[in-house]
Amino acid sequence: MNTAPAPALRPASSLHRFANPGRFLRLSGRVLPWLAAAALLVLGVGLPWGLWFSPPDWQQGETVRILYIHVPMAWLAMGGYAGLAVASAMALVWKHPLADLAARELSPVGAAVTALCLMTGSLWGKPMWGTWWVWDARLTSVLVLFFLWLGHAALVRAFDDPERGARMGAILALVGAMNLPVVKFSVDWWNTLHQPASLTRVNAPGLHVDILYPLLVCALGFSLAFAAVVLFRVRAAVMERRIRALQMAAARRADMPAEAQPAGEPN
Amino acid sequence: MTRKRKRLYVLLLCALGLGGATALTLTAFQDNLVFFRSPSDITREAPPPERAFRLGGLVEQGSLQRTSVEGRPLVRFTVTDGAAKVPVAFGGVLPDLFREGQGVVTLGKLGRDGVFQASEVLARHDETYMPPEVADALKRSGHWNPAQGPAPAAAEWNTLNPARPGSGG
Repeated sequence: MNTAPAPALRPASSLHRFANPGRFLRLSGRVLPWLAAAALLVLGVGLPWGLWFSPPDWQQGETVRILYIHVPMAWLAMGGYAGLAVASAMALVWKHPLADLAARELSPVGAAVTALCLMTGSLWGKPMWGTWWVWDARLTSVLVLFFLWLGHAALVRAFDDPERGARMGAILALVGAMNLPVVKFSVDWWNTLHQPASLTRVNAPGLHVDILYPLLVCALGFSLAFAAVVLFRVRAAVMERRIRALQMAAARRADMPAEAQPAGEPN
Repeated sequence: MTRKRKRLYVLLLCALGLGGATALTLTAFQDNLVFFRSPSDITREAPPPERAFRLGGLVEQGSLQRTSVEGRPLVRFTVTDGAAKVPVAFGGVLPDLFREGQGVVTLGKLGRDGVFQASEVLARHDETYMPPEVADALKRSGHWNPAQGPAPAAAEWNTLNPARPGSGG
């Protein structure tokens, strides 16, 4: 009685670990189509509004339209990193297996939006400021943020043992979170070439409503799209991990009779 | 439960230590992390000659002169921060946003004659964005002269709707 279920206990306990991810798969499978549809719908309104129907700026002209991509990407780069820090803290403290996976799947997407933020900013900077790049506090701290995203994505995948990689990545993500307030307040603490935030207070934004509203719609649309992409990736990762667990279990089962039969057929 | 508690406390302690270290480092860098120096900084503490630095401020109204020396364009203007001003000479291509009243950051050296010889001029954009009709309406009504400095408080204009007849006339 006590000896027979001992080998079966291992797959059972590892399956127990995926009980929660199983619920996640069912729930996210139901949410994901709606999330993706909402993202497409909101972006379908916001992008044409911002890129065609909104007015130009009085001195930037049509170049102001880069704002509708650049600003949402900047917000997502920072908001996404805050999410990464939360997921990493949950993974370190509560050892939540989904938090590890979420952090792992978040970082490539975060690196992509940060790269888009830097690229669109550079494209705007050349005609407006007169330079592609300057080493001021804002631009440099966002570049550091980009390297943190890339570093996390690489570190998590650099270990043979995924749990070890996840722990290292979580520590890097939390140490890197110190950069977030630096990015946010760099334009206030130091003088920079980059302009300060336009949306400091809700009631007095530095943008005219004809520019503000399409920006907010674009930001909502890109946020929904970001969430949908990350959710999709986490789902894929959960399924991948399941397949790996099943393959391992199958391999163990295949190994067992060979060991159980002592010198049955020497190959 | 207790192990989770313990991990949480260790994490919070690390965050506190790291946060404190970051804060101390940033305060130490407070004065060194400036991208540019203002005319007041320059008059208060003149930088050593032949030392390149960045000078930032507003292009003073009425100070812009476009001349040419030996067939090459030379732009002269004054950078001010309200309290002090520094004359600047620059021979090169100015960015689109360059105008009187605009914020600029110039890289160069302070000459012995007190004129800042710029090798690069960058325009600074402020945090206001408005359609041309709104800017025109503010200028017409006398609320704002862009050559004199930044736009008035955003609450005055960010919901302004320049009526169609107004923009037509």
